[in-house]
Order: sequence, then structure tokens, then C-alpha cells
Amino acid sequence: MGIETSTLDRSAIHGEEMVLNIGPQHPSTHGVLRLQVLTDGEIVTKITPYIGYLHRCFEKHCENVTYEQVIPYTDRCDYVASMNNNFGYAVAMEELMGIEVPEKVHHIRVIVAELNRIASHHLAIGTFGLDVGAFTPFLYCFRDRERILDLFELLCGARLLYNYIWVGGVSHDFPIGFVEKVYEFLDYFEPKIQEYNDLLTFNKIFIERTADVGVLPADVAISYGVSGPNLRGSGVKWDLRKNEPYSIYNKFEFDIPIGTGAMGTVGDCWDRYYVRIRELEESVKITRQALDQMPREGDVHAALPKKIRPPKGHVYSRTETPRGDLGFYIISDGKPKPFRLKLRSPAFTALSCIDEIARGWMIADVIAILGSLDIVLGEIDR
Amino acid sequence: MTEDPSADGWHYVIAHMDYREIVDYINRNFNELYSPDTREEPAAVLRVSPKDWTELAYFLRDDENLVFDSMMCITGIDYGIEDENLGVAYNLHSMTHHHKLEVRIDVPKSKPMIPSVEKIWRMADWFEREIYDMYGITFEGHRDHRRILLPEDWVGFPLRKDYEFPETWHGIVVPKIKEEWE
Repeated sequence: MGIETSTLDRSAIHGEEMVLNIGPQHPSTHGVLRLQVLTDGEIVTKITPYIGYLHRCFEKHCENVTYEQVIPYTDRCDYVASMNNNFGYAVAMEELMGIEVPEKVHHIRVIVAELNRIASHHLAIGTFGLDVGAFTPFLYCFRDRERILDLFELLCGARLLYNYIWVGGVSHDFPIGFVEKVYEFLDYFEPKIQEYNDLLTFNKIFIERTADVGVLPADVAISYGVSGPNLRGSGVKWDLRKNEPYSIYNKFEFDIPIGTGAMGTVGDCWDRYYVRIRELEESVKITRQALDQMPREGDVHAALPKKIRPPKGHVYSRTETPRGDLGFYIISDGKPKPFRLKLRSPAFTALSCIDEIARGWMIADVIAILGSLDIVLGEIDR
Repeated sequence: MTEDPSADGWHYVIAHMDYREIVDYINRNFNELYSPDTREEPAAVLRVSPKDWTELAYFLRDDENLVFDSMMCITGIDYGIEDENLGVAYNLHSMTHHHKLEVRIDVPKSKPMIPSVEKIWRMADWFEREIYDMYGITFEGHRDHRRILLPEDWVGFPLRKDYEFPETWHGIVVPKIKEEWE
């Protein structure tokens, strides 16, 4: 594994194993997470994650509220990419009910989802830099993320928990001047990606800390159900927006960036990080195309009754959020409340493989690996 | 597994199979015969009894015409207070052939036991623990069978429909549920 110990006599350096607790309150755990790390000297021999500190009974709540009332709860699962969570739920509900939404709604949804993806990747990149000791890029990322949050505030009044994408439509139309502001943001933002590359991506210290560290092979990633940028970092060209297009993603031209092992091995922390940087460019591309093609006139709601009552049946539908495949398994018994609603969270599966990929590395590398997986505890604990 | 899949002329790799073709293919190559679900897609599921599950799971993952290498989701279901069964839904996907299948296993509430597939799809590890946590279904052969989201000394299985909320937990009073908005 990680450290070249094959030439050493392991019994000579083998000491007593020590249990080290990282968290539950620790800046590098990105939330309330406890990692019980078993160490032999500086080398990690086993990691046991303890989760559930943020458990808010999401699925039990959903069985006791109506279908429309579920949407604000999905916001609070992945609280840095709420638009994408709303989007996933709306897509699942529309598949269950078999309804078509207007063309304009599709475009609005894609635009806000891709903007939120950019904001979420900003947070991932910034805090990853912070974890391995680079403080400045974090401030640059938050400077630009702020502009997206301002756009969303203009759009729906909220900065983090939007409750914007509803079943059959969106809550408001774009306000006057919003489209121009998004264009303005994209023009401002595109050259900034180069700034991140100069500051962090090709920084010698950053590469030393992340390249070749925490390699996640493709077959292990698939077996663990790891998805999104973490899976693509392992060199698997898999993106639901391309492979199983939902909404109108099949109308847009964009690439799927994958990890190539440019700085080390395919599937290391640097690859997972760099996939996110490249996805920023792709999201800008998609947003521009959606803005260009968006019909300016039209309604933003499909014709729906006041109380949603889906027909009896069940559906499993998944969409691509900034963290990977977000799945909703919904069972309807014909009443206005869901009979069963399961949220399959991408961060949950990403965290489950940490023992597999961090074993054999040093304690400092565990922090880098955890940062590169980009987990959100709200979504893991639900 | 009964016979070599290539014995009856299935040499070519099928790019995409729909639900009915998958069920036919399993019936042709597997000693247990499954009757296809009569409902329309995407609601169509393959109903399996717990005793066949381990063998079928290996077949689904390893057969070269199926290659269900990715488990998308595992969901626990309580069919209601009157119903005597609990269910588990496995949503499978093939990254190679791009087809999907949902397997449903029902077990009685009196003895909820299902063989674990945690060694076959590693992703099942935490999902099975979560279902045990919420529904009390035991997964036989799971190497780390503990609660995952709730504290280890929690009593009861909250997502069962007949679950009653505790009044206190370690001296902390649990707030009463309000029926309507006040």
C-alpha cells in the first residue's frame, strides 16, 4: 500500500496499536462525523466511520407530509446543492405521475441546477485546499460562490435552501434582468478557473499532498456504488446527464471529464479534484447553451391539481447531482402522502469506501482523502 | 447455476435487455423458475424468495450476458400494519450492458431474515445496516451487523408503520407530535 515498507522488517517497527478519534467536531470532517482511526505509529490500519449525528428522520417525516411538503426537506439533505436535490425529487415525481412540463421549465431547471453545481464544486475545491493546508484558494472560491448565491437570492429570496423547483414546474419565473445577470456572471467566472489552476491545481505542495494518495480503482468504486466526480476520477466515463439523459440534457453539447492520472495514478485524490475543476467549465458550457435556447415567453407551471395524488405504483429514478447519483425510490398508494420514500445519497456510498482506500496511508493523508471525496453530512445522515 | 450460458446459443453479448428478456434469460439458465410480474414497467419487479437469493445474486453479477455490476439502491419497505410481510427492494444496474432490474424479497415480520449480499456488492454493506436499523430485518452473513444511523442502544425500528415514539431517551423528553398546525 501507500508507504514503501516492503524492505523493512515490519516486526522491528511494529508497536502497539492506538485508537485515534477524529471528530465528531473537527474542521476537516465537513460536518458532524466521527472517524475512529486505528493507527500503528503514523500508519492507519483501520477506519471505522460513525455517522448519524445529524440524523433528522427524513424518511419518517416524508411519510407524514404531503408530496409538495417533501420538497423543503430535500433541500436540507444536501444543503450546498439544494437545487439539484429539488430537481431529483421533481424528476422522480414527474416520472411516477407521468406528467410533461413546459419547455421553458426544463431550461430554467437546467440553468439553476448547473449554477448550483458550480457553487457546490467551489465549496468542494475550496475546502479541499483548506484541508491540505492551502488557505488562500478557499477565499477565492468563496468570493465567486457568493455571486451565485446572490443570483439565487434574486431568484427566490433564499441563499442556501431554495425550495425552488416544484413538482410540475418552478416556484417563480426568472425576474426581469436575471438572464443578463447570469450571462454577466459566466463572463466574469470563466477566466477565474485559470486562477484556481494557478493557485491550487498545479501548486507543487498541493500535488505532493494529493497525487498518488488514496487511489480508488474503478472496479472497487463501482462495487461500492461510488458515483459522480469520485467515480469519474477513477477513469470511468459515466455521467447520468449523458448516459441516461433526464430533463433536456440530451440537447446540450458537453464533455465528461475523467481522471487520467496526469500527476500520479488514475483515481488518486488529485484526479478526483481535477475532475471537479474541469466540470466547472462543462457546467458553464451547458448554462450558456440553455440560456441561448430558453423560450422567453410561457408559463412556469404544468397544469396540476392543488393536491397531488400520484397513481398507485412505485418508481426508482436517479439524477446527477454535484456529488453523484441521487436516487429516489417512491411508493405511492394513491393517497396525498408518500407511502414510502427512500433517498439514495451519493455521499453515503462515497464515505463507505473510506476504509478501503485510506488503509495503509498516514493520518495526514486520511484528511486529504476525506476532503477529496467531497461528502456532505446532511445527506449521509438524512 | 445449472448450465453453461453458452450451451444454448447465447454467444453474443446483448447490448440491452428489457425486463421480460431478463426474466426469460434467468429462467433459461437458472434452476428456479420465476413468473414475470404482470404489471407494466417501470414497476415490474422480480420476486425472489430469501433462500434463492445468494445463488441468484452471484449469477446476476457474474453472468456475462447480465453483468449487474452496480447496485444502485436497496430499500426497506413495510407494507402496512395489517400486512404480515416486510420487503426489501434491490435496484440493480449493469454498467456494461446498460440494463436494469429490480429484485424484491418479502419476509414475514415474525422472522425477518435475508441472506446478506454485502460480499457481492460492497455497497450493500451500509445499506443493509441501515435497513436493519430502520426495519429490524436481519441480514445473515453480514460481517459488521450493527445499527448505523441511530445510537446503538436505541429500542425499536422507527420506519415500521406500527412504531411508537419513546417518551424519553436517556432522560431527554421527546417532544409530542402535533397533529395539525397550531
